[in-house]
Amino acid sequence: MDNKIAAVQMRDITKRFGPVLANDKVWLDIYRGEILALLGENGSGKTTLMNMLSGIYFPDEGTISIDGKDVVIRSPKDAFDLGIGMIHQHFKLVDVLTAAENIVLGLEGKLDLKAASEKIRRICDAYGFEVDPNQKIYDMSVSQKQTVEIVKVLFRGADILILDEPTAVLTPQETDKLFAVLRNMRDDGKAIVIITHKMHEVEALSDRVAILRHGQFIGDMPTKSTNAQEMTNMMVGHAVTLNINRPEPVNPKPRIEVKGLTVRSIDGILKLDDVSFTANSGEILGIAGISGCGQKELLEAIAGLQPVEAGSICYIEDDGTREELIGKNPLSIAEMGVSLSFVPEDRLGMGLVANMDLSDNMMLRSFRRGHSLFTDRRSPKKLAETVVQELDVSTPGISTPVRRLSGGNVQKVLVGREISSAPTVLLTAYAVRGLDINSSYTIYDLINKQKEQGVAVIYVGEDLDVLLELADRILVLCGGKVSGIVPGRGAQKREVGMMMTKLGGKDDE
Amino acid sequence: MNKNDRAPLFHVAKRGALPWYQAWAIRGAALILALILCGIITSLVTKLNPLSVYAAIWKGSFGTSRKFWVLLQNIAMLLCVSLAVTPAFRMRCWNLGAEGQALIGALASAACMILLANKLPNWAVIVCMTVSSVVAGAIWAGIPAFFKAKWNTNETLFTLMMNYVATQLVAYYCVVWESPKGSATIGIINSKTEIGWFPVLGGQKYLLNILIVAVVCVAMFVYLRYSKHGYEIAVVGESERTARYVGIKVERVIIRTMLLSGAVCGLAGLLLVGGTNHTLTPTIVDGRGFTAVMVSWLAKFNPVWMIFTSFLLVFLGRGAGEITTNFGLNHSFGDILTGIILFFIIGSEFFINYQIKLTRKGRKEE
Repeated sequence: MDNKIAAVQMRDITKRFGPVLANDKVWLDIYRGEILALLGENGSGKTTLMNMLSGIYFPDEGTISIDGKDVVIRSPKDAFDLGIGMIHQHFKLVDVLTAAENIVLGLEGKLDLKAASEKIRRICDAYGFEVDPNQKIYDMSVSQKQTVEIVKVLFRGADILILDEPTAVLTPQETDKLFAVLRNMRDDGKAIVIITHKMHEVEALSDRVAILRHGQFIGDMPTKSTNAQEMTNMMVGHAVTLNINRPEPVNPKPRIEVKGLTVRSIDGILKLDDVSFTANSGEILGIAGISGCGQKELLEAIAGLQPVEAGSICYIEDDGTREELIGKNPLSIAEMGVSLSFVPEDRLGMGLVANMDLSDNMMLRSFRRGHSLFTDRRSPKKLAETVVQELDVSTPGISTPVRRLSGGNVQKVLVGREISSAPTVLLTAYAVRGLDINSSYTIYDLINKQKEQGVAVIYVGEDLDVLLELADRILVLCGGKVSGIVPGRGAQKREVGMMMTKLGGKDDE
Repeated sequence: MNKNDRAPLFHVAKRGALPWYQAWAIRGAALILALILCGIITSLVTKLNPLSVYAAIWKGSFGTSRKFWVLLQNIAMLLCVSLAVTPAFRMRCWNLGAEGQALIGALASAACMILLANKLPNWAVIVCMTVSSVVAGAIWAGIPAFFKAKWNTNETLFTLMMNYVATQLVAYYCVVWESPKGSATIGIINSKTEIGWFPVLGGQKYLLNILIVAVVCVAMFVYLRYSKHGYEIAVVGESERTARYVGIKVERVIIRTMLLSGAVCGLAGLLLVGGTNHTLTPTIVDGRGFTAVMVSWLAKFNPVWMIFTSFLLVFLGRGAGEITTNFGLNHSFGDILTGIILFFIIGSEFFINYQIKLTRKGRKEE
């Protein structure tokens, strides 16, 4: 690097959403030949800042310059013309088209798929991607789709790439592959920005970190000269401990016994194949697996939301009485006296009603109580106030629609409601997805507290590091089958990762 | 720096919640702007004094005591049908069949009046009319609801088609019960005996209808806002998956709510036949089933606000009629004015939810 002119200079960038100050006079430099990790808690303004760079939002104040020249980015097209490409958390691909068709979609000029495929192959060879230009998107895994998104922006000549939480949906092996590709691109002189919550990824991949907190720029530094603890403290604003607590199970007794569970989706695809396990009280059973390997179906089958083809799910009470849960709906399960709480993956689409306020959302579980024709508004209101206070939910008030809350606060509201009914079984799916460190630890603490109170917790997770630290036992799913059950203490990440991709996880070397 | 830095002149940003008086100030400003524009167009196109045209519009509703009662009666009928579609709309179930449901209710009550006239005492006829029209309306809405709940058919098309069936049925019975023979119309039913006619309260023919609709309005407000059913409707409307997740039986809520919707439509048909018109024609509902969609949406599905939106629509409609007759204008001209006013009022919602910000010249000129 002879002259260190920043590829992107953002100066005094300010953006408001109504009364909320999302970015407050932010300065940020992005250099070529460097991977910059942009860190910050939820709602600290990382995505907003990058959206302004990629032309989705327009800054209220401030200037952006590319290679030292002031520019105005009014639309994603302007951003492309300047060589800026963003890979969003949610992929924007047309399922029924092929990779090549998706990549050329929206480009001007004559449609020449053959030439496009040729160019795609060249890009893939240069950086080590594996993409078949003629494969349809619906046939692809999540990681393949992500690769298509990256190739798409490279195809359009981007040399400043922004990736918004790219590893949230990947297995450890896929993450390693992605990182290798990103390093290749860095060595080729491209500027890369990666938004992530995972500290070990920041340390493994980035050259420099920049930290935002509450919309303000806190500082940046070379990754080599810092560590996870310091970065976390800067993000949060005070010192935090990074160890997840794992108390010993208290008096574990079988609580849920699943035998030979087989589930097919509406299209007849086998989602769960002969799954058997036992979940004990006072214990956290972690469920690991690549996304879409039957985790959702497993939890929904236990919760009475998923029709089952074969098998049994037994609820075992403290005195040993067994109750079959299959064939029951959530209402009849509750009427049996089984207190089962479920924190689903889709918080706003399933666990909560986005447009309703906190207190109305608390009512979802309790509104049927009593014989009156009318709903009791007072106790949900009280519950909402308690949850806000005890879980430290940051909200303007309990009459704010939950869609206005940030991801972490939404999750606190949902978990708060679900544990308020003193459950005996707690099912959670991706309980900390998209949550920042502070909120994540709040959730871990809440789950541990439930475990100590003798609740059987089933925790579906995607971050293996967390699963290995939190769960007492880990059940690994692979393509709808149980690949193995390992004790959480002493399990190796590599071993579990192998089990996720391959039944039993044995290498045939 | 030259003109090449094409920073946009303005951008649109979402507002936070506005205090109610500011929101109403925006709506009021929109109404005034609409009246000014209407005035300009009136004087340009018709060379009339816009003020006298406005006065005529006002007189169309408030000119005489009779016109005032007609206004109230029309508001009540429109409000009744709007109240009927609202529970379904809150459930995101687009019941566009209010026209047919009200019509079939009207057919049921007319049938009772004609067929039971000399067989039962007057009060028993009125009871039969009430029950049968409410049940008829409920059935007419229940059929599409059943298909939607069972096989997820599209309720919009289904309810719309049911309108045509109802219209044809009424047209058929208008011939069956025609009086005098050969006219293909029913004429005033029981004009001598007045059997099945609603009692006249306080010397005002329409008062009973208005009171009934007022009661329905309050009841609907309470039902939607405070009852367990109302809560279930809201949850199903926002997200069926959430509803299933908490154990609400979505199919049952859909059918129950549509039955209610249809029943209130049937009631509207009853009021039209028993209280207002004492006859039956295929056009007796007069498009209210569709106007109700607008009333309900404009009021954001709030039964109390719907009183104002139905007033607005009825008032404009009657004003348009008045200027047509007073000034010998084409009826379309009244509709043009109504359209302009509605455009401004609906358009003002945009400015309540969003604000337009001029871009500050943040960059320093060197």
